[in-house]
Formats: sequence, structure tokens, C-alpha cells
Amino acid sequence: MNILLTQLINGLHVGSVYALIALGYTMVYGIVKLINFAHGDIIMVGAYAALMLLTSTALPFGIAAVLSVLFCVTLGALVERIAYKPLRNSPRISSLITTIGVSFFLQNSVQMIFSPTPRPFPIRLNVPTIVIGSLKISGLTFVTILVAVLLMIALELFVRRTRMGKAMRAVSEDMQAAQLMGININTTISMTFAIGAALAAVGAILYSTAYPSVSPTMGALPGLKAFIAAVLGGIGLMPGAMLGGFIMGVAESLTKGYISTQLSDAVVFGILIIVLLVKPSGILGKHVSEKV
Amino acid sequence: MNAATRKSWILNAIALAALSAAFLLPIQSGAVNAYIVGLLITALINIIMATSLNLVCGLLGYLALGHAAFMGVGAYAAALVSIHWNVPLSFPLALLVGGIAAAITGVVIGVPALRLRGDYLAIITLGFGEIVRIIMNNMPILGGARSLRGIPRITTVPVAYVAVIICVTLMFTLGRSRHGRAILSIREDEVAATSSGVPVTYYKILAFTLAAFFAGIAGGLYAHYMGVLNPNRFNFDRSIEYLVMVVLGGMGSITGAIIAAIVLTLLPELLRGLSNYRMLIYSLALILMMLFRPDGLLGTAEFSLVSIGRSFKRTRRSAQNEGRDHSES
Amino acid sequence: MNPNPRHLLEINDLGIQFGGLTALEHVTFSMDPGEIVGLIGPNGAGKTTVFNLITGIYQPTLGSINLGGQTLNGRKTHKIFQSGVARTFQNIRLFKKLTVLDNVRVAAHNQMDYNPLIGALRLPGYWRDEAYATDHAMRMLDIFNLTEHADEMASSLPYGQQRRLEIARALISNPKLLLLDEPAAGMNPTETQALMATIREVRDRFGVAILLIEHDMRLVMGICERLVVLDYGQVIAKGTPAEIRQNERVVKAYLGGSAV
Repeated sequence: MNILLTQLINGLHVGSVYALIALGYTMVYGIVKLINFAHGDIIMVGAYAALMLLTSTALPFGIAAVLSVLFCVTLGALVERIAYKPLRNSPRISSLITTIGVSFFLQNSVQMIFSPTPRPFPIRLNVPTIVIGSLKISGLTFVTILVAVLLMIALELFVRRTRMGKAMRAVSEDMQAAQLMGININTTISMTFAIGAALAAVGAILYSTAYPSVSPTMGALPGLKAFIAAVLGGIGLMPGAMLGGFIMGVAESLTKGYISTQLSDAVVFGILIIVLLVKPSGILGKHVSEKV
Repeated sequence: MNAATRKSWILNAIALAALSAAFLLPIQSGAVNAYIVGLLITALINIIMATSLNLVCGLLGYLALGHAAFMGVGAYAAALVSIHWNVPLSFPLALLVGGIAAAITGVVIGVPALRLRGDYLAIITLGFGEIVRIIMNNMPILGGARSLRGIPRITTVPVAYVAVIICVTLMFTLGRSRHGRAILSIREDEVAATSSGVPVTYYKILAFTLAAFFAGIAGGLYAHYMGVLNPNRFNFDRSIEYLVMVVLGGMGSITGAIIAAIVLTLLPELLRGLSNYRMLIYSLALILMMLFRPDGLLGTAEFSLVSIGRSFKRTRRSAQNEGRDHSES
Repeated sequence: MNPNPRHLLEINDLGIQFGGLTALEHVTFSMDPGEIVGLIGPNGAGKTTVFNLITGIYQPTLGSINLGGQTLNGRKTHKIFQSGVARTFQNIRLFKKLTVLDNVRVAAHNQMDYNPLIGALRLPGYWRDEAYATDHAMRMLDIFNLTEHADEMASSLPYGQQRRLEIARALISNPKLLLLDEPAAGMNPTETQALMATIREVRDRFGVAILLIEHDMRLVMGICERLVVLDYGQVIAKGTPAEIRQNERVVKAYLGGSAV
């Protein structure tokens, strides 16, 4: 029973990181219908930014984390302006390829600056382990889940209550109508990319504390899994991304614990395929049929 | 066949023969080193991969992100034939078996997957592609993650060249038959296609299966070039590599896919002198290419000597017309 | 009820719901071979839905559709096309990046039967079938004055010619029933006049029955032999143009209806 609980909690730990990253995919997709393949590399950049700040300055962890998030936000918005905005009216596949180009670019720039060798991530978080009966929860796990949940609540409030949040929902509903209503499309889209990048950066720091090895290609796998999480929950839907992230994390952790580590990826992809075949629009998605 | 198309065929055939001679003679005479030979074989294999993916992405208009998996299935099937069956003509047979094994995988994946469209289809092909790779990784007969060794290294430049000519010609003629037209009509408008009597499900699966078949042949060539196979070579990144070639060449254009496959195989090598910067330049080139030519090098058009002549004449004529306009005003 | 062999098309008690909303109910009417029938009614009355049900794009929740005594219910769209129902679309659906000739040849797909291998290897079956289909398609283009545009992209044609190409594509299969969805939409009075002549000619030449949706009352009254009027998903009147003109319910449905 304890093993099961431990696996579940581990699952929630990774799952909450996936959920944060998945939110970036889903928000961008919801607004411009673009699968942003460079999103995973924002994670990597975020991890390197935090690594640099922590190893070469004496900044406390919190400030270093905030600064690396800001760095990723700027990067996210910049990439959108330079690489995606000019392609907004081109075939969607062109922008998809551009995101792949940006992904290569980020990986190779980092590789040139820092070399391809993985570096250890210095964890400077001293949180006590929580003990409930015979169950031990690592403090890190607790903090990770807490941060993720708080961010999700904050994001939900932002999207429901603020002007910018409402603009985002309007643009994702109908871009042209939103424009006619006087919403600044460009700002809204850039903002969406920036928020996605911020969440990815937080995810990166949380991910790096769990798997403390930083390398130029480290973003690929969590990126891919978070993307699947977004599709699983229903791409374009924020609650879907959160749900998908948690499901992915738990499924992965249970497979590792009970079946085999090697097959955990197969299970993840298997779930994806089954969900797509049974309900293509994802767990929370609505079915939309084409008008003839 | 009318006179214009016959002229175009003859001209292109002559050009092809000249190109073949210029290409194959130095290699036969042994004047080219092993490094270049390896590069050429890789480029030729990539041509088959890019043109076959073009059947799904370009002609059918569906985004597929698992094409490398079919290459993997073909590679392993062909390798097993070569290793375990010592019969005459075993190489062409091995390639054919590779193609058929990949085609069967294509049907198995295509039947459920092609009920989806757009991005969902892209994602499910990604999922299937990775699952195929993981399954290959866990099959003892394939050597799993420890690699399959001892495959005869018999893919040479002429062999790969002939395979490319045969595969590309077949894809070209298929594209210009009733089947090719039916597949194109689905890309253009699925509702109109089914309302014009085109059995769309059948043709989606056909396009997908044919693409898998040719990818399987490319996989067989690859296996007999490398001599060693590892499932992780056929991952998502590799699928993306081929997708980039198709998009860069112009979706729907076979010649575009060929040119892009050659350029993208050679470019990183040509930039080798720039050492660390080469992948950076490659990625920048990719981004700039998309920004300035979002429809790819050739769009959906095909490169042909006759059409170059024609467009040259057209430019000259329009230049003359412009001149006339100026003199009138 | 047994299908009446005299009728070409028999629609009986047809109904469909979309997510609990009833779009059509109790729609019953029939057509004879070679007849021109108009399907009219205010916007949103469900006219195009009737077309989508006949061609199998939607499956009816209720009722039956028979063509020449055979049921079309549950049949796939491309099979229905093969059994003799062809259509055009309200907002023209051509294969834009295919040539004019290829647009028609796509629909001649079932008049060829060579398999992919024969096609890829260019064996005699390919040449024979393609020559036949191309010839047939060119004759069809000739009838619609599109011959000189055969090698142009469909998207490059002006609007009126795109409409004609859509009809040519539909007719290549020698259908028994042709469904035209607002063929005169976006046309000026002269073009509409020409279209009326074309529709009559198509019927006389191909002996095809035509069911057409149209808002242009001059066209409808001018060429239709009978009319079926839909309102709120139900048939509110059937009869000759003269009868419909005097029908109070129809006039009311069209709000004032002085134009009728």
C-alpha cells in the first residue's frame, strides 16, 4: 500500500511538472493552432539560465529562479516576434517547420556556449522530508506539487479575471472577431507565448531539481511528454493540460514501479493512441464536425 | 501522350542519363574516396525517404510524424532476410521484403490512425512511430538496444542509384494516374472528393501504405549500407528530418523533395569546416528559408527542363510586352 | 410502404437531429426521371441538409431515401455517387490546385478500373482507360465551353466558369439525379439567363432529373416543373410554380412574399 502511495506521489511530482509545461503547448495551440516544437527547448534554456545564475553568482535560489523565468519570458516573446509572427498567414506547416528550426537553433547555441557535456544542477533547496505515519514524502516533491498547483490557480484566475486573460480567450475563440472588438492580436499572442515560456521555465527549474543533470538536449523528452499530456487532456484546453499532465506523470510512475522502466515510454504513447482513437479531441475536448 | 509531353519526357530522360553518367563513372573508376561514397549513399537513401513521405504530406496533404518507423521496420526485415536466407538474388528480395513489411505496418497503423485528421493525425503517427521503435528495442531477435550486427554491407552507390531511379519513377507515375488524382483530390477537398465518387478511406490508406513501402525499401538499403542496426536510429528526430526535407522542397513536388534531400544531406557536411557553427547555420538556414519561402523551394510544381525553357520564354515575352506598354504610354 | 418503381427518387418521412435539435422532420416528396424540381424556402429551412442526407454526408435519424427502388440509407457518399446521384455545392468546392481537366477526371475515377500497379508501370490498361476517360472529360468540357481552359488551374477560372466546371464534374458520371445547390448564387441577370438555358439543355441532353435549391425566383419559376417548399425543417407546400405562387403558407413564410 505504501509503495503504491509513494509511486502515486512520485507520479504527481513529475506530473505537475508535465502539467506546467503542457500549459504552454496548450495555450499557444489554443490561440494560433500551432504545435510549438521549440517549447521543450525553452525548458532547457531555463535550466541553463538557472544553472549559470546559481553557479557564477551568489544570488539566493529564489531570485535566481525569478531571473531565469524572466529570461525565458523575454526569449519566448522574442522568438514569437521574429520567427512565428511573419508566418501567421502562411501554411501552418511552414510555421511548424520554423518551430523545429528554432528548436535546433536553441539547442545548438547552448551547445556552442556550454559544450554538449551534461552538467550537474546544484540543488540549493533544503526542505525537510515530510513524514506521515510510515509514509515519507520528500520535501522537494511537496514543494514542486505546491508550486505547480499555485501557478495553475494563478493562471486560471488570470485568464478568467484580467483584461489580458479575457483577450486571450477571445482571440482563441475567434481571432477576427476579437480583432474587430478592438483587441490587439499581436500583444495577446506575444503574451501567450511569454506566459507559456514562463511556465516552462518554472517547470525547468522544478524538473532540474528532480533530475539534476542539465544538457542541451534535456528539453526534448519532457517537452514531448508534456505535449502528449496536452493532447491527452484536450489540446487548447487549460484544465485539459493540467489533467493530462497528472495522468501522464502517474501512469509513467506506476509503469516504472510495477512493470518496467524500459516500457514506461511505450505505456505513455499507448495511452496517447488509445485516447486519440476513442476520443480524438482529448479527455475534456468537445467534438467539432465540419460544416458542409 | 501529346507532342509537348513527349518532348518533355525525352529531354528529361536525356538529362537524367547524362547526370547518371557524370555521377556514376567517377565512382566506378574508384576516383572517389570512401567518405564521399558514404555521403552519396546517404543522400540517395534520403531521396527515397523524402519522396515517399511526400506521398502522404504532399499528395494526400496529411502531416505524418512517424515516417522513420517504417524505415526501421524495412531495415530490420531486409536485414533478417539477408542474414538468415542465403539464396540467389537475395539482396533485391531482401529490399522487397523490407518494403512489404513496412507496407503491412503502414496498413496496421493507417487503418485506425487515418480516421483522424490534421494535427491529431500528426500526433497519432508520432505515437505509433515511437511505439514501433520501442517494440523493436524489446525484440530479442532484432538484438534490441544492443544492435543487430553482421548484415552484409552490399549497398553501393550504383545499387542505391538504381533503387532511387526505380522508386522515384514509380512514385511519379503513380502520382499521375487515377489513383494519384484521387489522392490529390482528397488533399484539395475531402467532401468534394467523396461526393465525386472517390472512396476516400481507401485512398488515404493506399497513400499511407505506399509511402511506408518505399520507406521500407530505403530502410533495407540503409541496413545493408550500415551493416549494424539500432532501433533508436529510427526515432522521432529522424522522422522530423524527413519532414523538413519535404516541406523545404515544397509539399507535393517530387523534384523539390529530391533537391531538398540532397541539399540537407550535404549542407551539414559542406559546413564541416565551420566546425561548431555548422548546426547553428543549418538551423538558421531552415528558419530563414521558411520565413522567405513558406511554400518551399518549388511549391507544388515539378522541376523540368522544358518548363524552365517555357518560363524563360514567358519572362522574355512579358518583358517585351512591358516594353510595348511603355512605348505606348 | 413499397417504393413506387415509376419514381426515380422517393424520400419518405425523412428527419435528422443535430445534438437534440431537429433540423428536418417528416420530409416526404418524390421525383420522376428527367424532372426539374425546385427545393425552396427561407434561409435555414434545411434545404442543404436534404442534399447532405441524399448524398450520405449525413445519416438520417428517421425515414428513408430510395433511388430507383433501391435504398440509399446507410450507403457511403462515394457509393451513392456511383449509383447515380451527383451534386454541386453552395460555396463551390472544386479541387483548386488541380487542372480543369483533372477536376473532371477525378469524377471519372470509377469509369477506369486499372489497378495501382498497372498505373505505376504504365501498362496497356492504363493507356486504354486514361484515353477513354480523358476523351470523355474533354467532351464534357466542350459542352460547358471550358475546352480552352482544360490545362489551367481550377482556381484561376472566373466565378461563373467555376460553377460550370462543378456541373461538368458532376455530370461526367452520367447521373440519374443531379443536385444543384444555389447554382445562380452570385450571378448577374444575364448570367442567370444563360444558366437557365444550360440547366434545360443538361436535362434534355443527359435525361437527368434535377433537384435544385435556389433563391432566385425568376430562375425557379422559369425552369422548375414542380416545387417543394421547406420551412423550419418541414415541407409546407408542394406543387407547380403556379400553385405555389398562390399558396398562403408559402407567401407567409417568405414574409410578405410580394416578390413571389
